[in-house]
Amino acid sequence: MADPGFRPGLRALILTRFREFFREPEAVFWVYVFPILLATGLGIAFRSRPPDQVAVGWATWGAERPDLLAALERDSALKVERYGDSTAGAAALRNGRVALLVIPGADGVGYRFDDTRPEATVARLRVDDAVQRAAGRAQVLGTTDQVVRERGSRYIDFLLPGLIGMNLMGSGIWGSGFAIVDARKKKLLKRLAATPMSRADYLASFLCAQLVMLVVEVSVILGFGVLAFEVPVRGSLLAVAALCGIGALAFGGIGLMVAARPRTMEGASGLMNLIMMPMWVLSGVFFSSSRFPEAVQPVIHALPLTAVVDGLRAIMLEGATLAAIGGELLVLGVWLVVGFSVALRIFRWQ
Amino acid sequence: MSSSPALLLQGLRKHYKDVRAVDGLDLEVPVGECFGLLGPNGAGKTTTIEICEGLTVPDAGVVRVLGLEWRSDRDRLRRRIGVSLQETQFSEKLRVEETLSLFRAFYGDGPGVDRLLENVQLTDKRRSRVGQLSGGQRQRLALALALVGDPELLFLDEPTTGLDPQSRRQLWDLIAALGSAGRTVVLTTHYMEEAERLCDRVAIVDQGKIIALGTPRELISRLGADQVVEVMVESGEAAARAREVTGGVPGVLDARVEGAVLSLRVGQLHTVLPALLETLTRAGVAIGELRTHAPTLEDVFVSLTGRHLRDG
Repeated sequence: MADPGFRPGLRALILTRFREFFREPEAVFWVYVFPILLATGLGIAFRSRPPDQVAVGWATWGAERPDLLAALERDSALKVERYGDSTAGAAALRNGRVALLVIPGADGVGYRFDDTRPEATVARLRVDDAVQRAAGRAQVLGTTDQVVRERGSRYIDFLLPGLIGMNLMGSGIWGSGFAIVDARKKKLLKRLAATPMSRADYLASFLCAQLVMLVVEVSVILGFGVLAFEVPVRGSLLAVAALCGIGALAFGGIGLMVAARPRTMEGASGLMNLIMMPMWVLSGVFFSSSRFPEAVQPVIHALPLTAVVDGLRAIMLEGATLAAIGGELLVLGVWLVVGFSVALRIFRWQ
Repeated sequence: MSSSPALLLQGLRKHYKDVRAVDGLDLEVPVGECFGLLGPNGAGKTTTIEICEGLTVPDAGVVRVLGLEWRSDRDRLRRRIGVSLQETQFSEKLRVEETLSLFRAFYGDGPGVDRLLENVQLTDKRRSRVGQLSGGQRQRLALALALVGDPELLFLDEPTTGLDPQSRRQLWDLIAALGSAGRTVVLTTHYMEEAERLCDRVAIVDQGKIIALGTPRELISRLGADQVVEVMVESGEAAARAREVTGGVPGVLDARVEGAVLSLRVGQLHTVLPALLETLTRAGVAIGELRTHAPTLEDVFVSLTGRHLRDG
């Protein structure tokens, strides 16, 4: 027999984790294919578009004012539709096809609109401005527009770190949880407990496997975000990797803790949802967690998902260094240590 | 070391809620013996063997395995014993050889995967997924996994339960071969045939206690019967009447009724049988069928408890 090398038991367990994972088509789907589908969906939702146009109606039954009509059609923010009689015009206004109806008169212009609709008010201002200028009004004060569409301040830039964090949490908690409960149900845990296997090695093998899995997982989502939406990564990639690594281990530790006792899949998945649901809501994946009351902020900041998401946003959007997110790293480190030691202590081997 | 028994149990007790699973059990198994715990389901066999394996902590009693105690020598003991549990399902996604390598990695030394596969005749299944194995092949894999650390003491909990007769016989041959290496084997079973075939000595366990202990031959000869005669009659009442009249026939040691069957333990069959038939005919009992067999451990269990092993 060749030299068994360092910790042969742990290495064999990690190898087993990979074999079991890659031979389970559903698991591969959820970890690798799902994030790509999600990112693609977002890609369609957030694809770049020209600025919104407001539709306005032009009443052809009013006075003949081709000069004003031409001025409105020149304005790229307006989309002009013509209506031949007042019934059709009123109907278009009522069902929202147009925000404003312009009725030219002999010595002025009438606007018909609903002043409680924001786009109607915008349309009224925009149209009036164009009409007045066409009629010869001069600018009293010189103004200039500076259009800013900065990378890093869009919703997709805010959302992507959230999605990475959510994915880390999902695969960390589900990944080890179900495999362990399944092994307990099949009495495989009991059989393993009857060997000289180190029990800490068994739990650690799930964390180690998670760490490798996460490289691919995070690269897929991050790579897609950077290539397709030009989401910025202003800090170092190494800092992103380190934070994701500790994050994955922290979620893995929580997953072990969740899976430490339940005997059935139903029991385990209930417990997992109980743990993950508050974080989905509170940790600021989809909107900033600062919207929650001041009193619950300390709780929110102690959650591992908040730490991962806030840390990732700081690195990617603000170029923070690892030292700058020390607080977040500490929170994750505590979750890892607590999760792993509690799991090892309360683990049910049969 | 060599003088201490492979397994020593004294005053072993374990209860779950209101069930006394093990109720004061003493046992000593010398090195090199193949020992069987025979009893119906729920007799406390599995609890006893799992206490020996260090998986269950007893409420009271002494457990000494290979001269060591679980409390102080857990790690050393784990390396020196081999275990096959009841109904373990190994990961179906792994191949046979991968499963063996995984378990192999937990032990310092022991036979290689090739040897193990050969031992349990699974060499041609080496690359099969565990999920594709038949019941008998899975049990043989479980046996190979128990042998991975080259154990001095092997615990097999119901190694052939649920198998077809052919697979069972194949497993018996394998287990019988294991004993030849000076290895101690402790197994549980509720098949009396298995205990008779494999075990040097047998303990009959019922309700958490050992009710008989000895070699299968000794236990059977303690019945004092040469043969067991079973007479099937038309009804329970007919069987009861038959029991009354045959009790006095010389050579009949014991008569019991189960449903429409009269079961008699007899001394010399050739002298008893003619008198028996004559008595029954005279009493007007119509004989549906008559069978005789040499007594087995099953008959021992029935005579001790009044129940069959299968009844549970």
